[in-house]
Amino acid sequence: MTAPTTQVPAVRLTAIEKRFGPVRANRGASLEVRQGEIHALVGENGAGKSTLMKILSGAMPCDGGRIEVGGRDVTGWTTAEAIASGVGMVHQHFMLVPTLTVAENVVLGREPVSVGTFDRARAIRDVEQLCEQSGLIVPPDRLVADLSVGEAQRVEILKTLYRGARILLLDEPTAVLSPPEVAELWKVLRRVRDGGATIVLITHKLDEVMNVTEQVTVMRQGETVARFSTASTTPEGIAHAMVGRAVDLSVRAGREGSAVPATPSAPALEVRNLVVRGPRVERAVNDISFTVAPGEIFGIAGVEGNGQTELLEAIAGLRGVTSGRIVLGGADITALGVRARGDAGLSHIPEDRHRRGLILEYSVADNLILGRQHHYQQRGVLDGDAIASNAAAQIAGYDIRPADATLPAQALSGGNQQKIVIAREMSRPFTALLAAQPTRGVDVGAIEFIHDELRKARDAGKAILLVSAELREVLTLADRIAVMYGGKFVTVLPRSEANEEVLGPYMTGAKRESAA
Amino acid sequence: MIIPRKHAFGCSRPCTESMASRLLAMPRPERDCTHFMRKILALIGVLLAVHVALQFVHPAGAVAAPTGNALDVGIVFDLGGRGDKSFNDGAYIGAMRAAKELGARVRFVEPGEGSDREAGLRLLAAEGMDLVIGVGFIFTDDLTSLAKEYPNVAFAGVDYAVTIDKNGNAVAPPKNLAALKFREEQGSFLVGAMAALVGNSKKVGFVGGMDSPLIHKFEAGYRAGVKQVCPDCEVIAQYAGVTPEAFRNPGRGKELALSQYQQGVNVIYHASGSTGLGVFEAARTLDKYGIGVDADQYKEAPGHVLSSMVKRVDNAVFDAIKRVADKSFTGGIYSFGLAEDGVGYVYDEHNKALIPDAVRQRLEALKAEIVAGRITVPSTK
Amino acid sequence: MNARLRATFEEAVLPPLVALAVAFVAGDLLILMYGQAPGAVWRLLFDGTWGKAYGFGQVLYKATTLTCTGLAVAMSLRAGLFNIGAEGQLAAGGFGAAVVGLWLPVGTPAIIAVPLCVMAACLAGGAVGAVPGVLRAKFGAHEVIVTIMSNFIVLALLNYIVSAKLHVPETLHTPAMHAGAVPRLSGVIAGFHGSAANWTIVIVVAACAAAWWYLFRTRAGYELRAVGLQPDAAEYAGVRVGNTWRNALMLSGALAGLGGVNFVLGYKNYYEDGFAGGAGFLGIAVALVGRNHPLGVLLAALFFATLSQGGLAINAMVPKQIVEVLQGIVIIAVATSVPEVRRVLRNAAGKLAGGRA
Repeated sequence: MTAPTTQVPAVRLTAIEKRFGPVRANRGASLEVRQGEIHALVGENGAGKSTLMKILSGAMPCDGGRIEVGGRDVTGWTTAEAIASGVGMVHQHFMLVPTLTVAENVVLGREPVSVGTFDRARAIRDVEQLCEQSGLIVPPDRLVADLSVGEAQRVEILKTLYRGARILLLDEPTAVLSPPEVAELWKVLRRVRDGGATIVLITHKLDEVMNVTEQVTVMRQGETVARFSTASTTPEGIAHAMVGRAVDLSVRAGREGSAVPATPSAPALEVRNLVVRGPRVERAVNDISFTVAPGEIFGIAGVEGNGQTELLEAIAGLRGVTSGRIVLGGADITALGVRARGDAGLSHIPEDRHRRGLILEYSVADNLILGRQHHYQQRGVLDGDAIASNAAAQIAGYDIRPADATLPAQALSGGNQQKIVIAREMSRPFTALLAAQPTRGVDVGAIEFIHDELRKARDAGKAILLVSAELREVLTLADRIAVMYGGKFVTVLPRSEANEEVLGPYMTGAKRESAA
Repeated sequence: MIIPRKHAFGCSRPCTESMASRLLAMPRPERDCTHFMRKILALIGVLLAVHVALQFVHPAGAVAAPTGNALDVGIVFDLGGRGDKSFNDGAYIGAMRAAKELGARVRFVEPGEGSDREAGLRLLAAEGMDLVIGVGFIFTDDLTSLAKEYPNVAFAGVDYAVTIDKNGNAVAPPKNLAALKFREEQGSFLVGAMAALVGNSKKVGFVGGMDSPLIHKFEAGYRAGVKQVCPDCEVIAQYAGVTPEAFRNPGRGKELALSQYQQGVNVIYHASGSTGLGVFEAARTLDKYGIGVDADQYKEAPGHVLSSMVKRVDNAVFDAIKRVADKSFTGGIYSFGLAEDGVGYVYDEHNKALIPDAVRQRLEALKAEIVAGRITVPSTK
Repeated sequence: MNARLRATFEEAVLPPLVALAVAFVAGDLLILMYGQAPGAVWRLLFDGTWGKAYGFGQVLYKATTLTCTGLAVAMSLRAGLFNIGAEGQLAAGGFGAAVVGLWLPVGTPAIIAVPLCVMAACLAGGAVGAVPGVLRAKFGAHEVIVTIMSNFIVLALLNYIVSAKLHVPETLHTPAMHAGAVPRLSGVIAGFHGSAANWTIVIVVAACAAAWWYLFRTRAGYELRAVGLQPDAAEYAGVRVGNTWRNALMLSGALAGLGGVNFVLGYKNYYEDGFAGGAGFLGIAVALVGRNHPLGVLLAALFFATLSQGGLAINAMVPKQIVEVLQGIVIIAVATSVPEVRRVLRNAAGKLAGGRA
């Protein structure tokens, strides 16, 4: 065996092959992680990162290749064997029982037992001890249902640690966290690493890579294309490897939002005293008023679950309003249905393209008329020619790849799926655009493109209401920024006065001011 | 349970599918023939090879479809008929007796749905069976039309519903079709007399299924039998309903029986299909007696079934086969009453103890009078 | 494009082929267990169905009804709903046709009577389907439970009407219709003589084509499928989801009701209590095996009709229950190998368990 380093690597994957039907998810992928390092596994959506990690954690078998952990060949092992050997995965979806307490969730499956019954006191003691060691602070007797997302994630990590994991695999852990929570997570991970653990972090956020990791492995189209020492590379270098071409990362660098400040004029979109009921709370949106002027991007920042979803759904007509008015271009649209609002000039990029924005099994062409189907028909019969020529125009105009209108949307990458939504919503006539998480789960190249499109629309005099969980994105694009917390705007600031340090305390609810 | 977490892909589907759809999301220029597909094709190949190989297996004792010169009889049961411990099983018993005593070769067909009744009859007729029998009144139309189409095949219909023309006269069935009818009122008459004689009460009970002329025939005979031996006895007659569902409602049967027993009735005769099971249930609960119908129902509530008015479908079927065997078969209406041993009551080792010899003699005397035509049993209310 | 065709082949055709191959081998083993020679039994099955004009006619007749109930189930599944009520809708359709046929004066020309009776069948079935549709749209009542219950209600009600008011004495059927009979195919193709195959099959094949056109070429179909695949996305696209559900179940009921024409107008010329027995549930199997596609439904209906008729033919050598076991095997094999069927079944199970749709 030829060892490139004197130390046996914690993990070594060689020539991993994995197929799903006709799709080759991994083609000869490789990965080498040293003991005690934080290693980033980066790549665009669909590059095969998650598959590779699932293979490593025993969740699925590979079709070819070799898995070594601590120098031992473990190819083809099961999840149980992986856990027993100290390899644990922190899932993207939380696997927690909401009606049990933190301690109960952590020990679930490995409950401490005394005289044949569950030893609750010992479970709580064990978990407290583990919290202290790792620095993951969660009250062990709280119900999981009452936890915030960040806390729930800590419980997931605790669970993995409790099972004795020495190699932790984390799949996009920061997607739902507020900036302070992210900072907290990095602290914890460093501490866990310092305790001797090895961490593999799946991400596509380059600042995270630069901040916390020592090594980076880049995947593209199922292959491992590059490996860097973090200290010796730049975000541009990583992005180039991810996409396969040079990428302008100025967005990431935090360029100032608008070159031309918005000129005040009659609002294109106005919301007055809006109250909206949420799935669990009576006032998910609690008496919010604001206006968006033509040629303005109004950004709403905030940790998810503070009413942003309900606010946008109410404006789009997908959720009834308890009270308040919505005015579009001077006309009251509060009583209109979804379709009528669209025809009145409202476009909507929904936050969840897999659930709302696309019909995954429909073709690209069919998805490009979703919500506009009543404009592509004659006496109830769909106009195939019009649909096809629309598809051809949008595919060309928005560079949707592969350029095949008959492919089902689910066959496209995340970025290209989002381009379908963007193309559809921005190519039609509209006064105001609701853009919810417009770049979520989208690769670097597409983010650049989508941001450009939003700016172009703004410059063309459209009013844009932007909601994003990525504070960076809001800071980059918006002319004015509101922070939403607990169903209210806790502050509204012009871009020039906002930065992460200023907004952070508002996002966590630590600070609030009355804003109307 | 999974705490729904809004993650970067916002996928609303469960984990496994989101995995699959994300994998699909990979750009892929080529979709070549994978070895997954090759595996599936290989599986199909192996299965087909096994299948072909098995075609050449001939187990010992395998029989070919019957051919030859023996007496061939085909019987089509009603939907779900076999195992009803009554009608269809009666036909089966009669046919098996014919197979043993007359050497008939019998084939049975169980239809899977309504249109299979005709298809089954046709299948048998087309194969040149000597006699084709349909069990149940529901075969009436199919038998009539097939009998016309296959004039050289003999047909018989158990409980065949004879058409009545505008003047109230029976329309004769085709010449090669025997309508096997039963005079249930005669059997009912005898169990009516039995109920009055054994019941030790001035009240006797009757529970009918669907309130319809078919069941009125049972009630009429029963009523006449009661009055024959006990003119001042009262017959409490009730029906479980007005739809065929009334033949499948044991709960209702029990309810009716309990109320009748509480009014002082000691014996209830039921003509109500499985609704009668409720009658027996009530009899067992209150330690009273019930009288069964169609087949011997002693086993439904041993010790509480006084007797049963039996329809000897087996005798009727055997009789029809025998006529074909000795070439005396002709079409027409065959009515099976007491004289032909087509109806009767059960008197055997199980219920001997319940029926005093004096009663038994009285019943036999009444039967003789009916057979001799000295008593005419009414068939309508 | 070639790769696409291959992928379609892989996804659409292979699972049923595997199911068929498994069924063949399972059938062989069952026949052997019964002590008969598989070769002889299969030959008998073939001779009794596709091998003879009469048998084939019977297959066509049975397939006609099954296509209707299969289409009905497929139409509802495309909208994301599970219509278990095809049996009641089929019976109601047959009854509607029979009543109109009885009501028309003797001698009404077929050109008027047949369309009227067919329309009555569709309306009656559609009306029965509308009930769970409206309950689902307005009150969110689970259509699975409502359609199961509607079967009991409709069948009991028809049973009552027929046996208490309309039947010919000593039978469970209505008097013969005065007009509206659909001629048998044997009038044109002599070989079909005796089989119940009739011109209804032409109406039903046309209904198949119309269902395909509706689903894949009209805006309403586009919206219906969208609702079935992703109700949230459909709502986002301005589709009134509740109305779509109602329309889908009405359409589904009308298609099932159309099946009643086959028996009532094409075969017996009267409504007979219980004629729909089993066809509704087999319709679910037809839709699943036919993958909710009208063409697939047509083929699956032919397949199940062949098994049904074949079961009669091989009754001489083996119990016909063997055929029922084979049906079960095919359904299970397809259900486990087709992803969309798995999804449908999972959704239905979720609904029955009280989970959110």
